[in-house]
Amino acid sequence: MQSQILHFPAKEAVIKHQQTGDLTISNRLSEVGDSLQGKTDRPNSLDSGHRACQGCGEALGARHAIDTALDATDGELIVVNATGCLEVFSTPYPESAWRTPWLHSLFGNAAAVASGIAQSMKIQRKDNVRVIAQGGDGGTTDIGMGCLSGMFERNEDVLYICYNNEAYMNTGVQRSSQTPGAARTATTMPVGEHPGNHFGIGKSVPKIAMAHGIPYVATANICNPRDLEAKVRKAMSIRGARYIEVFVPCPLGWGTASCDTIKVARQAHNCGLTPLYEAEYGQVTAVSKIACPEPVKAYLKSQRRFAHVFKKGNEHQLEAIQAIADANIKAFDLLENPLQGERV
Amino acid sequence: MLKQMDGSYAVGEAVALCRPQVVSCYPITPQTHIVESLGKLVKSGELADCSFMNMESEFGAMSACIGSSAAGSRTYTATSSQGMLFMAEAVYNASGMGLPIVMTVGNRAVGSPLNIWNDHSDAMSVRDAGWIQLFVENNQQSIDVHIQAFRLAESLGLPVMVNMDGFILTHAYVRVDMPEQEQVDRFLPPFQPFQKLDPQDPVTMGALVGPEAFTEVRMLAHKRMERALEVIPAQMEAFANIFGRDSGGLVKKHYEGEADTVLVTMGSVIGTAKEVVNELRDQGESINAVTLRTYRPFPTEALKEAVNGAKRVVVLEKSFTPGMGGIVYQDVVAALAGTGIEVQSVIAGLGGRPVTRKSIRTLFAGCDQRTGFEVLDLDHATLDREVTRESAVLDRII
Repeated sequence: MQSQILHFPAKEAVIKHQQTGDLTISNRLSEVGDSLQGKTDRPNSLDSGHRACQGCGEALGARHAIDTALDATDGELIVVNATGCLEVFSTPYPESAWRTPWLHSLFGNAAAVASGIAQSMKIQRKDNVRVIAQGGDGGTTDIGMGCLSGMFERNEDVLYICYNNEAYMNTGVQRSSQTPGAARTATTMPVGEHPGNHFGIGKSVPKIAMAHGIPYVATANICNPRDLEAKVRKAMSIRGARYIEVFVPCPLGWGTASCDTIKVARQAHNCGLTPLYEAEYGQVTAVSKIACPEPVKAYLKSQRRFAHVFKKGNEHQLEAIQAIADANIKAFDLLENPLQGERV
Repeated sequence: MLKQMDGSYAVGEAVALCRPQVVSCYPITPQTHIVESLGKLVKSGELADCSFMNMESEFGAMSACIGSSAAGSRTYTATSSQGMLFMAEAVYNASGMGLPIVMTVGNRAVGSPLNIWNDHSDAMSVRDAGWIQLFVENNQQSIDVHIQAFRLAESLGLPVMVNMDGFILTHAYVRVDMPEQEQVDRFLPPFQPFQKLDPQDPVTMGALVGPEAFTEVRMLAHKRMERALEVIPAQMEAFANIFGRDSGGLVKKHYEGEADTVLVTMGSVIGTAKEVVNELRDQGESINAVTLRTYRPFPTEALKEAVNGAKRVVVLEKSFTPGMGGIVYQDVVAALAGTGIEVQSVIAGLGGRPVTRKSIRTLFAGCDQRTGFEVLDLDHATLDREVTRESAVLDRII
């Protein structure tokens, strides 16, 4: 009998339990409902040995996303990376943690570089080779916004993945256009009359992406890796411009314990601050309901960047954040049924 | 084939003959006609197997070039002036990654004040970016040098910038000899990248490089640039064998032999300068003109050879650095250090001011009393009046 040859050498690793949904732990030996990460032939796109901080949400998100994309494209994938933590911790010369063809050009141009690659593949008639651009929220929603919008408008065959950790972490935690109201960053310190980041109207890049009418937009959260994987897989089944924004807590920038990344991410989902949805051609098509609602307090409490919100006199900040969560819950109809709202 | 056409369309046709696979563009005066012509050729199917990308900015245009070149496609773009500065970050990036992109620059002044006319400020703004910089003198050279640029870029793994004077060349209708496709195909083989993004053979490009290796990486770029000094004359010879035309090489002497005074210049102004040199030589003056066709890498040895025996070299340039003076002048001074040749600096034609034969005659006439740099055709009365007025204000503040 011929022995079975695995595509990638199976690692003799300890079998770990994999999380499958919001609350359950699966048996990794069961095929049903398992994450790609639970399989021995996972692509390992972002190899071990990189230099991310302990508990880095972005490393986790990127690994899940790119592994899934590799699996979905049979390995025919090129990845473009914007400048930022992900680039710096994964490719300090002469090392590289990437097992895919990977290119970093600049901070603000990942979408345009990826567009060039997509066109290059098309003209070389390599339609099977797919392109992903990825970056943090700074490189995507601030400095890279022009190139990103251009990529959407031309409907380039590129999936752009934004790992949103709500500030410029690589340069030392400065405010980005995705930093939430009240949050402390190095440039929005918790001092003065209005401590932390100001409350604006926010910049929702998924909504901006939807306004371009592109084929697919989704938000994801590393607290639910199977949902993230499903969204990446779906995105890779579609041609044209696609955008996925993944919510990735940053222990260093947020002042959370390294072991709490998933917990904090789940709290963000449960309180309604990070609605998970999918949209096709500008219309919302699916929403992930909140199974176990919580007030924003629980989410904010575990992060030092919001410590000042709990000080006397700053109650209005807490209320303002709760109001944003409530508005999201209403706008996206996030509660499974009204009764569940009283469970916590 | 002889054709009467404007400079931009001539460049567009020449680039199309080079079979680019990706052309990425963003409009800016006076470069626009170049990419317009390519867009038309792609749309009509005359330029087959080419993707024409309409980008959201020059920054995006150069970024798309980076992606497409890294993925193994022959890539082209064009820009001018503010556009060049807007893409500057990506311009450095393209050369740092050794991507053989070819870009035309329809040279134009950089604001403020806003000015759309010709000088060399844009090219000088990225002088140190690590691109090979070639300057052409007329539209025939524009065509010929673009065809050489692709082969040069791809054989060295370096991007090449072809500088042609905005409006003066881009918008001039002249008769040119457009090469045949078969000739170009003989000269320019299909693009074979040193390395590319390929899922079958993954590479990591654009890594973070620390102090322990960055200097070596930069020196490698320098070494590759230096190789261009050998490759350019060799490829020019190969070009001449197929097309029957010489197009300048590193530097081009107007007359063979030695002369007391040599004018060194770049771009289209050499046409006018040559006429004045002819006139003055007829009057018995010992004078010559030398064109720098290759500006980066700087052809030190070739220039030394070209001005050998001269008493003085006058650098006439359309670029200027406030607080210092001429830019090309500094390069020439450095190149001629130790030769005993006196180097003078003359700036002319900024923001499109015409450089006339009369002006160039005064340039030669002033050779004996020139100190510092001279600006041709400067309205001294206006300048002095404004300096006085400003000084009065500044004195109060200081």
